[in-house]
Amino acid sequence: MWEDIKDWASDFFVTGDPLIYGADVGIVLASLSILFVLTYFKKWKWLWSEWITTVDHKKIGIMYIIAALLMLFRGGMDALLMRTQLVMPDMEFLKPEHYNEIFTTHGVIMILFMAMPLMFGLFNIAVPLQIGARDVAFPVLNSLSFWLFFMGAMLFNLSFVIGGSPNAGWLAYPPLSETMFNPGVGQDFYIWGIQISGIGSLMTGINFIVTILKMRAPGMKLMKMPMFTWSVFASSLTIMLAFPILTVTLALLFIDRFLGAHFFTLDAGGNPMMYINLIWMWGHPEVYIVILPAFGIFSDIVSTFSKKKVFGYKSMVFALMIISVVSFVTWAHHFFTMGSGASVNAFFAISTMVIAIPTGVKVFNWLFTMYKGKISFKSPMLWTMGFIPCFVVGGLTGVMLSVAPADFQFHNSYFLIAHFHQVLIGGVAFGYFAGLYYWWPKMFGFKLDEKLGKWAFWLWNIGFYVCFMPQYVLGLMGMTRRYSTYSWDTGWFGLNLVSTIGAFIMGAGFLVQVWQIVYSIKKMDKDTTGDPWDARTLEWSIPSPAPMYNFATDPRVSDVDEWWEEKQRIAAGKPTPKPALEPIHMPKNSAMPIFKATFWFLAGFGFVFDWMWLALPAMAGVGITMLVYSFNYDTEYYIPVDEIRKTEAAAGRAV
Amino acid sequence: MKLRGWRRLIAAVPLLAIVFLMSGCSTDMGVLDPKGTVADQQFDLIMITVIISIVIFVPVMAMTFWFAWKYRENRKSDAEYKPNWSHSTKVETFMWGIPIVIIIILGTITTVYSFKLEPSKALAAETKDGVKPITIEVTSLDWKWLFTYPEQGIATVNYVQFPEDVPVEFKLTSDAPMNSFWIPQLGGQIYTMSGMAMELNLIANEPGEYQGRGANFSGEHFGKMEFIAKATSQEDFDHWVADIKQSSPALTEQGYDELAEPGVVDTNDTYSSFPEGLFDRIVNKYGSSHNHSGASEGESSSEETSSED
Repeated sequence: MWEDIKDWASDFFVTGDPLIYGADVGIVLASLSILFVLTYFKKWKWLWSEWITTVDHKKIGIMYIIAALLMLFRGGMDALLMRTQLVMPDMEFLKPEHYNEIFTTHGVIMILFMAMPLMFGLFNIAVPLQIGARDVAFPVLNSLSFWLFFMGAMLFNLSFVIGGSPNAGWLAYPPLSETMFNPGVGQDFYIWGIQISGIGSLMTGINFIVTILKMRAPGMKLMKMPMFTWSVFASSLTIMLAFPILTVTLALLFIDRFLGAHFFTLDAGGNPMMYINLIWMWGHPEVYIVILPAFGIFSDIVSTFSKKKVFGYKSMVFALMIISVVSFVTWAHHFFTMGSGASVNAFFAISTMVIAIPTGVKVFNWLFTMYKGKISFKSPMLWTMGFIPCFVVGGLTGVMLSVAPADFQFHNSYFLIAHFHQVLIGGVAFGYFAGLYYWWPKMFGFKLDEKLGKWAFWLWNIGFYVCFMPQYVLGLMGMTRRYSTYSWDTGWFGLNLVSTIGAFIMGAGFLVQVWQIVYSIKKMDKDTTGDPWDARTLEWSIPSPAPMYNFATDPRVSDVDEWWEEKQRIAAGKPTPKPALEPIHMPKNSAMPIFKATFWFLAGFGFVFDWMWLALPAMAGVGITMLVYSFNYDTEYYIPVDEIRKTEAAAGRAV
Repeated sequence: MKLRGWRRLIAAVPLLAIVFLMSGCSTDMGVLDPKGTVADQQFDLIMITVIISIVIFVPVMAMTFWFAWKYRENRKSDAEYKPNWSHSTKVETFMWGIPIVIIIILGTITTVYSFKLEPSKALAAETKDGVKPITIEVTSLDWKWLFTYPEQGIATVNYVQFPEDVPVEFKLTSDAPMNSFWIPQLGGQIYTMSGMAMELNLIANEPGEYQGRGANFSGEHFGKMEFIAKATSQEDFDHWVADIKQSSPALTEQGYDELAEPGVVDTNDTYSSFPEGLFDRIVNKYGSSHNHSGASEGESSSEETSSED
């Protein structure tokens, strides 16, 4: 009996690696201390009613951001482990098997469980405030989206200690990801982790499309929306069209693995090429999904810190929409080397280059927004200034990669690795960091320390170039991605050493950011104005942090930079008169999302281990929570005028 | 911000270090040191794109830093401040026009080269009259490369040799998860996929040993899928073939099955012969329902077998 349990446990838990045992201990200790703190300070009720069941978009946004930063930590640790393994030839720090797991989880976590939630966090924080709304269109759905993402991410991360991590690369190309070559549960964790959080992503996309189309303040025509809101709209449209492809593709892969079908297997007529096409039909739009909001953030920041209207608003909007449409017809550039023939390759090469046109236009737009402005280099603007050169280089190497006949020499090499890290770190990560620094005072009501922010900025920037510039050269020297070791006679040692140093400099940058947050919480430099950057859009017209109802009275909009214009009017002694306070209609908290997402988690876990006794009841639980919730009519309430007046007064605003 | 210049200098140090570290080694520079017609042309194409990139990069960077410097808030000079200037048809025409022109130029170059460098295109036209191309079949296995020479009747593992200045027609397939066949100094890569025979035409213009790699992740020991591609004179090549014919063992069906088992091989084994039609059988093994050229062959051959039965 005891032996049976021991056998089962050594299969169920990941064993045999001291790194993982260390992590096990860390996870247990961290969980225990969280439980202890919550119990000791009697915070359970607060956690439940203020956070877990909340439908407030600002709090959901904060939860997304916290989760994303934790995932950034894990994805970053994966990166440092890989760079340590590659620091010199013939390293024996990680076994090939372990290395393969780490690059797989690094990719999945950074894109799906770091970039996506950080992006959704910023959507949630900023969009309703920018368009003068009280919440998103479907607040409960929004909370459900978050919990589905969270449970999906947890399920995926669980594979680290239970069952074993996936190891077939971040896109799990078959036949390698099929049971024939990958019989373990890692790939099933991959499928269910992504599926569950993918449902959340799709719903968030739909939620924000409706929010932007239906919830704008009176007077805010589409062409008067702030640029960030436009970029969220473009990104959400792309999500809505792209994510179903991912869901179907992974479902087919699961049917292969679970029911023994042959969609993508080597034998019995399966076609792995089909998967590669399908996954990139989602995968390419996906990278534009994450970069478009960063473009929006930069547009708002450049305009704010140059104290100037954004240049070429119509061009900007047009460029965003072109990118989001054309991103759907470029997917085959990820496999020019599959032998599709010259005509097909030429088509996809040109469609890829076409995207460079609107992207280039956006860069010029930012530059001409700065032209004849009055530029101050606070943290958000600093990241923007770091972004422009980095993204231009990344964009140009992207154009080089799109030249199909040359791509035969770049494909799958470190040249490619350097390119996509340059656009994803230099573009997406820098963009979201800029957004975080920009909206931080609005989220929490205090400012982040500028001096530590500068340290973080320079460490990240210098670290980035030290890490990735050598990788372009390594790629041209023939270094292929996903090699777990290389030999001395390759001549790759020097550049790999430099690259690893760069990775650790970026790691130091992250630590400085963590310290910056802790330090700033202690210092508590409160933002009493609600408008610390002298900014231009509606979110800065209300107190920091925003009251739970956002706007005491509905703003009227007549200009893209409504708040900037209003400030001019106030200075001229002619402020827009505000309507009288009325009770505010708000959505009630709901516990449905956490229950439903937990059932999804259990179902996913059951499917991973083939435990139908768990999976089937849990799926029933998903259905039942949905059914029960649909009979709940008590979903809204009114905030009385007195309470609004009190809240506004506490924030120093006369109403 | 007084330390700006100082910090920039620090940032430049690693870049200088890269140059230093690179100059120290005289190793295989891969794509940057092409030794064959295909790699030469790809190198030229890469250089064209690099030049175009620099033409874009320099003015954009100059504008970025010039604007940032000139219009900084705490400037002493009184540069113009126009808070409401947000549209100029002239500027916008240029900002759309310039990228469009560049992409038209680059798109044209790409299309021309796509047809010129199509990997399945034979290279016979590139060589002197009378030189007959050599065919080499490549199979990617877990985790090694098998080369079979249908004309010479020999087989090798993780090592391929061919005469210089003779076009090589590689026919590629896989009996394992897909990989990618890449000899950077001779030319670009192509995927090896089960159930179909891909084609890659390369040529070596100089004798030498070139590093070959598997470039698409195919499982645990994918990193061990390296091979040597050696180009020699025709005489040396013939001599090498004769040697193998004489002294190496034969690759049997059973021997192939053992070789195809997942694992790593440390020796570059050679075989004096291999089972007739091995490559086609590997292709057809998986090809039963693909709409690829390999597929129809697969179906017809299986029909033949059944009729014989």
